[in-house]
Amino acid sequence: MKLKGTDIFIRCLKEEGVDVIFGYPGGQALPIYDALYLSDIRHVLVRHEQGAAHAADAYARVTGKVGVCLATSGPGATNLVTGIANAYMDSIPMVAFTGQVPVPMIGKDAFQEVDITGITLPITKHNYLVKDTQELARVIKEAFFIARTNRPGPVVVDLPKDVMTGEAEYSEDGVEMSLRGYRVLKSPNAGQVVLAAKAIEDAKRPLIYAGGGVISSDASAELRELAEKMQIPVTTTLMAMGCFPATSHLSLGMLGMHGTRYANYAVSECDLLIAIGARFDDRVTGNLASFAPDAQVVHIDVDAAEIGKNVGAHIPIVGDVKQVLSEIVHRVKARPERTEWHELIDRWKDDFPLSYEPFDDDVIMPQFVIEKIYDVSEGKAIITTEVGQHQMWTAQYYRFIQPRTFITSGGLGTMGFGLPAAVGAQIGCPERKVFNIAGDGSIQMNIQEMCTAVEQKLPIIICILNNQYLGMVRQWQQLFFEGRYSYTDIAIQPDFVRLAEAYGAVGLRVTKPSEVEPALRTALQETERPVMIDFRVAREANVFPMVPPGESLQNMLGGDK
Amino acid sequence: MKHTLSVTVDNHPGVLARVATLFRRRGYNIESLSVGRTEEPSISRMTIVVDGDENILEQVTKQLHKLVEVCKIMDITSEESVDRELALFKVKADPQVRAEIMQIVDIFRAHIVDIGRRSLIIEATGDEGKINAIEDSLRAFGIMEMVRTGKVAMVRGPKG
Repeated sequence: MKLKGTDIFIRCLKEEGVDVIFGYPGGQALPIYDALYLSDIRHVLVRHEQGAAHAADAYARVTGKVGVCLATSGPGATNLVTGIANAYMDSIPMVAFTGQVPVPMIGKDAFQEVDITGITLPITKHNYLVKDTQELARVIKEAFFIARTNRPGPVVVDLPKDVMTGEAEYSEDGVEMSLRGYRVLKSPNAGQVVLAAKAIEDAKRPLIYAGGGVISSDASAELRELAEKMQIPVTTTLMAMGCFPATSHLSLGMLGMHGTRYANYAVSECDLLIAIGARFDDRVTGNLASFAPDAQVVHIDVDAAEIGKNVGAHIPIVGDVKQVLSEIVHRVKARPERTEWHELIDRWKDDFPLSYEPFDDDVIMPQFVIEKIYDVSEGKAIITTEVGQHQMWTAQYYRFIQPRTFITSGGLGTMGFGLPAAVGAQIGCPERKVFNIAGDGSIQMNIQEMCTAVEQKLPIIICILNNQYLGMVRQWQQLFFEGRYSYTDIAIQPDFVRLAEAYGAVGLRVTKPSEVEPALRTALQETERPVMIDFRVAREANVFPMVPPGESLQNMLGGDK
Repeated sequence: MKHTLSVTVDNHPGVLARVATLFRRRGYNIESLSVGRTEEPSISRMTIVVDGDENILEQVTKQLHKLVEVCKIMDITSEESVDRELALFKVKADPQVRAEIMQIVDIFRAHIVDIGRRSLIIEATGDEGKINAIEDSLRAFGIMEMVRTGKVAMVRGPKG
């Protein structure tokens, strides 16, 4: 049957199981919006396109489905760019649709024309400019397929207005994809699995270094099975928090620049490092030359290009993390406990626990707020963050138990991610409690999404750890630039309580440690409105311990009592 | 060391931009690149010469493989293969030196494809070494313009 492009668009989205889109309308997207008006797909109207991309990204992270965002041509499309780059760096499955000027006007510098496929070339897994209505159904199918398979990532589909208003033959039997050069990864090499299993059985001081790939391939159960069967301690990257319960005796928390001392010491002392769905980021490794000096490296990743990119692997295994782990688990024979290794780690844990000293009894320490959020939520909330000190404190002091509960911008480090992410997370998981832990700098970057949260009646709790500084930059200035606080003092700021109220949300201010928990409990009572809490915290608290940039993991500052 | 990659890609608009962007973004250096369609109209072949050590080459290959429109990559550096480049030279050629230039053209089995009052255009094909040699020989007369296509290559025998 012959259908209009916009109708094909709606039908294809439904075939892909899309039930919510985050978007913002505009001229060239008018026909699409007209079709959405008549369809039963839920559209969440954000207040800036960047918010749409971050919300779709977070929606994907909490649900495991492909997130979808939509913007008009020109500035609408360019406003998505940060959000697309964010999803690319963190390997999040997302499809971003953009309006485009009609095909005959492309290349003529028409009003609100921008080359969005050109702009997003290096920050997408793939992208499309659809030039013929006849291609539409196939392109949408391919876009979702590419976004979610192998190493996930964002795909941009640019939709010229005349392609959407034109007609084409559409068959309900579906279309054939045409992806000659793209193959979904098959089983891992069996020989490599045997080698890895042998290495794991033989190691005296093994360590698992788990990355975001464990979460994206839903391999938490397999990871836990392997760690427990073989009694291997586990350290996780920022992206992997929650993939292994922080409450387990085998958990070492996060490694790297703001990781725990015991995790970093374990990396430095281990004789077998099992990297799973991780990419040896510079924030993880510190100085590469002295990273895991005694270790044989097993590197499991779905992306062959990650193997050997930063750190060479003795036993590389290319494959889906979940499948590889389950094959290894079945192959390894449980071995006697590695008592000496565990005793050494326990000693480090006793000697160098994460800790902070209150400056003064009347001052709220930011870490204390995180601990209280953990207490009142019993570790079961979905936590989104912005980027900076509060993000690192959250990773350190909130003990994540389940995968897909810590939603943070890891690779790109995008300030302004957390609030729209909380919107996307709450819409993806309406039954869960969602907190956005923010800094007073970051929260101002996408503050307009308060309006979206109010309109959608989302009871998200925004906890601003307000130190009136761009805290992480200030910390570096204090430590590495002789205390010259160049443009990091942001004491001139809005009254967040009145700002929240102006948006129709609830605003609370907390200035004393004793008020922290009561305020959080008050916030938890709200069921239909966002609550913004302005926690006035110690101004110059620092994130410790810390590996100074370029140093090796053994040389940490702070946190040694 | 220089490596020659023979890469088949979907013959879509924008594929060249994707490949070029990848090289630029990851900081790999393209020595030469030539592209054209193959016996199968929906597929193009790129012959890319890359300068770099084994590690760089491994990364280049793996990253190229991730491009959705890249079908197959072969490193044919160490394969038995035929490779050719085409070059055009515009050379200063006053009447008194023309005979000498024509001799050089004969030696290299090149052709004169245009004659002006004071210049000649010479077309030459061959492997990189031969083209370099012609360039050296003609330099004495004054090369006004030169254009080279970059290498195209094909593996000998049935493999491909």
